[in-house]
Amino acid sequence: MTSTIDAGSRPGPGRRTARRRRAGLGDALTGYAFVTPQLLGSAFFVIGPLIAVVWYSLHDWNVLAGTFTFSGAENYERLLSDPSFVDSLQATGIFSAGLVVLNVSLALALAVMLNQRLPGTTTFRTFFFSPVVVSLVAWTIVWGFLLQADGGINGFLAELGVDGPNWLRREDTAMLSVVIVQVFKNVGLNMVLFLAALQGVPRELREAARVDGANAWRSFWKITMPLISPTILLVSILTIVGSLQVFAQIAVLTQGGPGTSTTVLVYYLYQQAFEFKEFGYASAVSVVLFLIVAVLTLVQWQTRKRWVFHEN
Amino acid sequence: MQHRMWRRSRRARVFATMSVLATLTMSACGSGSGDGSGGGSADGPVDLRMTVWTADESQLALFQEIADAYVAENADTVSSVTFETLPFEEYTTGLTTQIAGGNPPDLAWIFESSAPEFVQSGALMDLRPVLSETEGYQVDDLDSDALRLWESDDALYAYPFSNSPFGVFVNTDQLAAAGQPMPAELVADGTWTWDAAADMAAAAAAKSGKSGLVVRDFNYSNWGNLATIWNGWGARPWSEDGTSCEFDSPEMVGALSWFHEQVFTESAIPGPGTTADFFAGDAAMTVTQISRASALDGSFGWDLLPLPAGPEQQQNVIGQAGIGVLADGPNAEAAADFLAYFTNPENSERLAQYFPPPRTSLLNAETLKAANPKLSAEQLQSVVVEGIQGAVTKPAHPNFAKLQQTIRAELDSLWKADADVEAVTASVCEAATPLLSD
Repeated sequence: MTSTIDAGSRPGPGRRTARRRRAGLGDALTGYAFVTPQLLGSAFFVIGPLIAVVWYSLHDWNVLAGTFTFSGAENYERLLSDPSFVDSLQATGIFSAGLVVLNVSLALALAVMLNQRLPGTTTFRTFFFSPVVVSLVAWTIVWGFLLQADGGINGFLAELGVDGPNWLRREDTAMLSVVIVQVFKNVGLNMVLFLAALQGVPRELREAARVDGANAWRSFWKITMPLISPTILLVSILTIVGSLQVFAQIAVLTQGGPGTSTTVLVYYLYQQAFEFKEFGYASAVSVVLFLIVAVLTLVQWQTRKRWVFHEN
Repeated sequence: MQHRMWRRSRRARVFATMSVLATLTMSACGSGSGDGSGGGSADGPVDLRMTVWTADESQLALFQEIADAYVAENADTVSSVTFETLPFEEYTTGLTTQIAGGNPPDLAWIFESSAPEFVQSGALMDLRPVLSETEGYQVDDLDSDALRLWESDDALYAYPFSNSPFGVFVNTDQLAAAGQPMPAELVADGTWTWDAAADMAAAAAAKSGKSGLVVRDFNYSNWGNLATIWNGWGARPWSEDGTSCEFDSPEMVGALSWFHEQVFTESAIPGPGTTADFFAGDAAMTVTQISRASALDGSFGWDLLPLPAGPEQQQNVIGQAGIGVLADGPNAEAAADFLAYFTNPENSERLAQYFPPPRTSLLNAETLKAANPKLSAEQLQSVVVEGIQGAVTKPAHPNFAKLQQTIRAELDSLWKADADVEAVTASVCEAATPLLSD
């Protein structure tokens, strides 16, 4: 890629420019060759379907009758007056809030505890990370058995003399159960991200704080937290976006019930498309979901300067 | 600056072009239909594909045997027939996705609950002309009651290949251990009622510590399976024409109140969130289709009985399944011809070992006995032969998918000890009425 110039026969400025241009073109072609597979993949599997979904959302698509008629904004108007859509937005909000709060705080607490130089920490790190590599559906099915009325958790509670609830059949415990199943599934990944961030905090800063008389709590809040704030931002974005896309856990554990208490947006979308065969309407729901994810990510990104240390 | 802007706009053009190309390509992939892509050239023999929900190897082997014989006889028109198994729980979803993706099968099994939706949509081909014109098919032998769900005007949109009656399997060992009489005795003296069955189930459950009466596949979700019970009260979910809700009728309230009492007061029926498999010996009785008899392994004594009577009547119920030809499938004519062969009198008799046929000439204990060695001639006569005659099917409606979900969500409030049955059934009708008139 680098060119050597013979000092004895130095080319004129015109030839040099042409050679540079050729080299630049070669560099560009190499670059394009590297990015083309990724670009093609994105175009076919991400951008193409995205555009197609927007197009479908403007149509009334009856799969069985084989009709596909343009309906303009009708599907979006229907969304605004659909109480089930509002219910699904509410369920999604509850799930996301519960998941983000529990997952991020538990992951941080675990990371802080497992960042100590104590015997057995590696074993515990492996223990908490192992659910991340387990198949999501297998994990959820096992939890489904544990959470049944006569399942393992209530059996354990009965040993303690506690009469456990029917976790997945009561409106007040079903969503909590789904959130907890998801927290335990993914908390290990966030824990590892926090661990990496904690290990990047310079020891001298904490020692300096200790010399200045700061206790462990104050040192954590004033030194550690600001320095790991970029990771907190990353983990929050990943967890929120992931929580908006939850599907398998709902499909396996509750099928959106009891009532519609766990019918989150993606499950609602699935019902509309694949159970009710309303593909146009479901496409409109998915466009709204895309916009929600995009706006939330944008807001978090734009407000990062207020709370991420390195952005100040 | 200008150069940078030009580069940026060029990039934007490249990006936009690629996006449009990708979309067009994907749309083209998704909309292909009716172009003979089912295999074979426009003039040559074609490959046929039928989606099914069974994964039973012996059943699939029988289908393939019949298909291979057809291909041998019709090598100039059909080169192969493939049976594609889709998961039972997601069957209709999978079939719909194939249709939406522009890749419909040539033939498809269809659940009875989806029958009106498929029949009215125009997705299926009228089979009556092909069946009537096929030599030796004997259309008149088909039971008119069995065909009703699959007809519209004079057209027949699917062939109901399976007509499996619901009955009650009982674990006679558990009943005997609890000191209960044998249900066959109650059937003989005309006292086989839901109350009697529930009392016996509760007694057996109390003695064994296991479950009493299980309505199989109900799982406090697929409420249509409760039709086996509420028919005894003369109840139905909606009117005959499917336009008005009858969930709040006194008959339905009576049936659901009885069921609720058996779950939460009498402990005759296991509550929500409890798993109990009769065939693994976990329950004293189960309401299910006779085709489940194959799951009995001889580890306990058992009997099979007709559905008990309710306060109003004894009503037999059958679960049906149809085979339809997708009108937009790549080879609809050839598929219809194959269906006529697949379900002719000879092949129907062979299929009867797994699926009770709609042919009256084959609905006798003698024919069915050869196919169901685990069932006695008396059981076959009382539960299968008499069970199919005059039977009704489970609820079906053109808008069934939405009704299923909506009513399931409303009925969730019923599965609590302190539920108000009348209030819940009223809320079911409030939610279902707009969908019934949709």
